[in-house]
Amino acid sequence: MTAATHAPVATGRSATGIPTAKLAMWWLLASEIVIFGGLLVVYIMRRVMFDHWAAYAEHTNLIAGSFNTFALVTSSLFAVLAHQAAEAKDHKKAFPYLWVSILGGLVFLIIKSLEWSNEISHGFTITSNLFWSFYYTAAGLHGLHVIVGMVAMGIISMDVAKGKNLHRVEIAGIYWCFVEVVWIFLFPLLYIAK
Amino acid sequence: MTASHPAEHGHDVVHHKQSFWEKYVFSTDHKMIGMQYLFTGMFMAVIGGFFSYVFRMQLAFPEQSVPLFGLVTPAIYSSLSTNHGTIMIFWVAMPILIAAFGNYLIPLMVGCDDMVFPKLNRLSYQVFLLSSIVLIISLLLPNGGFGGAWTSYPPLSSSAQYNLTPYAATLWLLAVALEFVAFLIGGINFLTTAMNARAPGMKMFDIPLMIWMIILATIMFMGSVGPLIAGAVMLLMDQTIGTAFFDPVRGGDPILWQHLFWFFGHPEVYVVLLPAMGIVAEVITVFSRKKMFGYKTVLYTSIATGIISFFVWAHHQFVAGIDPRMANVFTVTTVIISIPIAEMIFVYIATLYGGSIRFTTAMLFALGFLAAFLIGGVTGIFLGSSGSDIYFHDTYFVVAHFHYTFFPISIIAVFAGLYYWFPKMFGRFMNETLGKIHFWGTIIPFNLIFIPLFYAGAAGAHRRIYSYEHFPELAIPSVQNMQIIATRALILLLLFQFVFVFNFFWSIFKGKKADANPWKANTLEWQAPSPPPHGNFAELPTVYRGPYEYSVPGRELDFWPQNEKP
Repeated sequence: MTAATHAPVATGRSATGIPTAKLAMWWLLASEIVIFGGLLVVYIMRRVMFDHWAAYAEHTNLIAGSFNTFALVTSSLFAVLAHQAAEAKDHKKAFPYLWVSILGGLVFLIIKSLEWSNEISHGFTITSNLFWSFYYTAAGLHGLHVIVGMVAMGIISMDVAKGKNLHRVEIAGIYWCFVEVVWIFLFPLLYIAK
Repeated sequence: MTASHPAEHGHDVVHHKQSFWEKYVFSTDHKMIGMQYLFTGMFMAVIGGFFSYVFRMQLAFPEQSVPLFGLVTPAIYSSLSTNHGTIMIFWVAMPILIAAFGNYLIPLMVGCDDMVFPKLNRLSYQVFLLSSIVLIISLLLPNGGFGGAWTSYPPLSSSAQYNLTPYAATLWLLAVALEFVAFLIGGINFLTTAMNARAPGMKMFDIPLMIWMIILATIMFMGSVGPLIAGAVMLLMDQTIGTAFFDPVRGGDPILWQHLFWFFGHPEVYVVLLPAMGIVAEVITVFSRKKMFGYKTVLYTSIATGIISFFVWAHHQFVAGIDPRMANVFTVTTVIISIPIAEMIFVYIATLYGGSIRFTTAMLFALGFLAAFLIGGVTGIFLGSSGSDIYFHDTYFVVAHFHYTFFPISIIAVFAGLYYWFPKMFGRFMNETLGKIHFWGTIIPFNLIFIPLFYAGAAGAHRRIYSYEHFPELAIPSVQNMQIIATRALILLLLFQFVFVFNFFWSIFKGKKADANPWKANTLEWQAPSPPPHGNFAELPTVYRGPYEYSVPGRELDFWPQNEKP
């Protein structure tokens, strides 16, 4: 038991008017945007440079990608609905909406694992060629962020079930929408551009 | 320990005596975490400094067994110089300048009781500590530490066939990646605290420059490290699972790594420069009893420097095979960036002009920073211009240039900050006489190390050569004397650091007691007790004016604390 079981006064202050947790989440997203941005810019430059990558890209699974886009967009919708419910202090609605969101993430991961298993069995692995290296790296990094988001929402939902810390639903929602936006960039770059 | 209950406290809190583990190891208090970063950084500095002693002995007296070490083989030489650079930048400069001073000072100088996320703060230190341990493990492996330079260019760094240290190469990369994560986490805390948790009345231009500089550095770090993290993931995969991101034989591009690395690497040097300039700003205003000559100028030029720093990176790649037309562009931007920095130095000198100068040890180090960094900056012009860089690249001229910038930043300015804030941190003064001995014993040997190396570089001596006896076509006889002078000066420099170490630790326990504001300064940290208790201020301050109201006409005292009621 530490002496500081309470949050410091600093945490509650808001010289900018923006709540501290939200401000922190936006800074986190800023750093993530540069990470994904760096990776994607490098990919785009190479994609433009190498015509033969179009032949490799033919083999990405547009159907799986589309289903995944639908899964993530729907899951984001429910994250927003959860936020709305939390704003209205309705934790009884916020809790199930959060879990539908998490379920959307799970559907995304299941489809992805089926898709990748299929591709690997056809010989398209991360070391096959540079296109596939980028493909698995970018989508894999994104997938890790999906998992982290699901875990975070799960943890937050435990408090939400008791009607506590409802402001955290919005914070998780901001992160989740970012994960979805990254996918909105990945989907055309990896699946549509053939 | 006495607990303080800030006036804004809404609820009852029971403070009990903390155990050793709670107080020192698992603390969430920003001051303790700052100390943890400081002591870890100081420990790593000993390792990094020892490495420089060993490889400098090899350079001055080749093929002879180095006292306290042994024989230096080519692989060992590469590993020593690689890890010297890596440790000094990532495990000394950044942790001390940003994490230690930032953690300690931000809540105090903006007038609140802790960082906004104390547990996240603790996590950032734990990740940092893990990164230090991973790096140290990499040094102890059977084949020795990674030897591919702190810049880690592939294919040397990606292929164990070349670097001969497969595990160390990967561990080194993981250590650096973990360090980046620690600083990203810590940076979020810094930014949110500085933006949101400021004392009532502290407007943007009332924030001390030290805090502004750490904030700008944090934003720059955040903006530049992303692509390198992506690159590090790619390099990690090239090393371990055999992807070909940087393998030219299989369609990859080693120059891509260079771009990703230097896109971060160049803003990084300003990431460490700005906090050093912040320390110097605080020290020179207090010890010349003068307002900062151009607070807004310094602020805006720092922002301009930060922005321009994202557009100069390829000056590290002039001879790497990039398009010469691109080299022209980067020459122009690189020469341009010297302008805002020169502006800042001029403003600092103007701040000193006409001031009532007090030559405390902190002030001596701050002045030493200005003189040494000036030389570093000016010599950078020769390297930033692609024409002259064709000659100077990979010579000792580069080494001397970046030590004339990095050494003032990570050593001289740090000492200025330590001597200045020591009374606040420990409630006691460091010994001034020993401090002055330490100062002269640092600044003179430092110059004696690197001026000979400028000469060596100008004569064309290659860097990263473990022994000219093995590369006689590269040997320049007159240069060997320079190497010997530099090594002897380094030994002298390192010996004088014992004076500091003794002074620092002795003074923590036996130094002359200091009150809350021994230097009669304005900024808020001097309004808290020395050392500040948990919670920092008995009553959280409100701010009424800027931080540099010294020698204001019409006032009896030559300082005016920010929180003193008008």
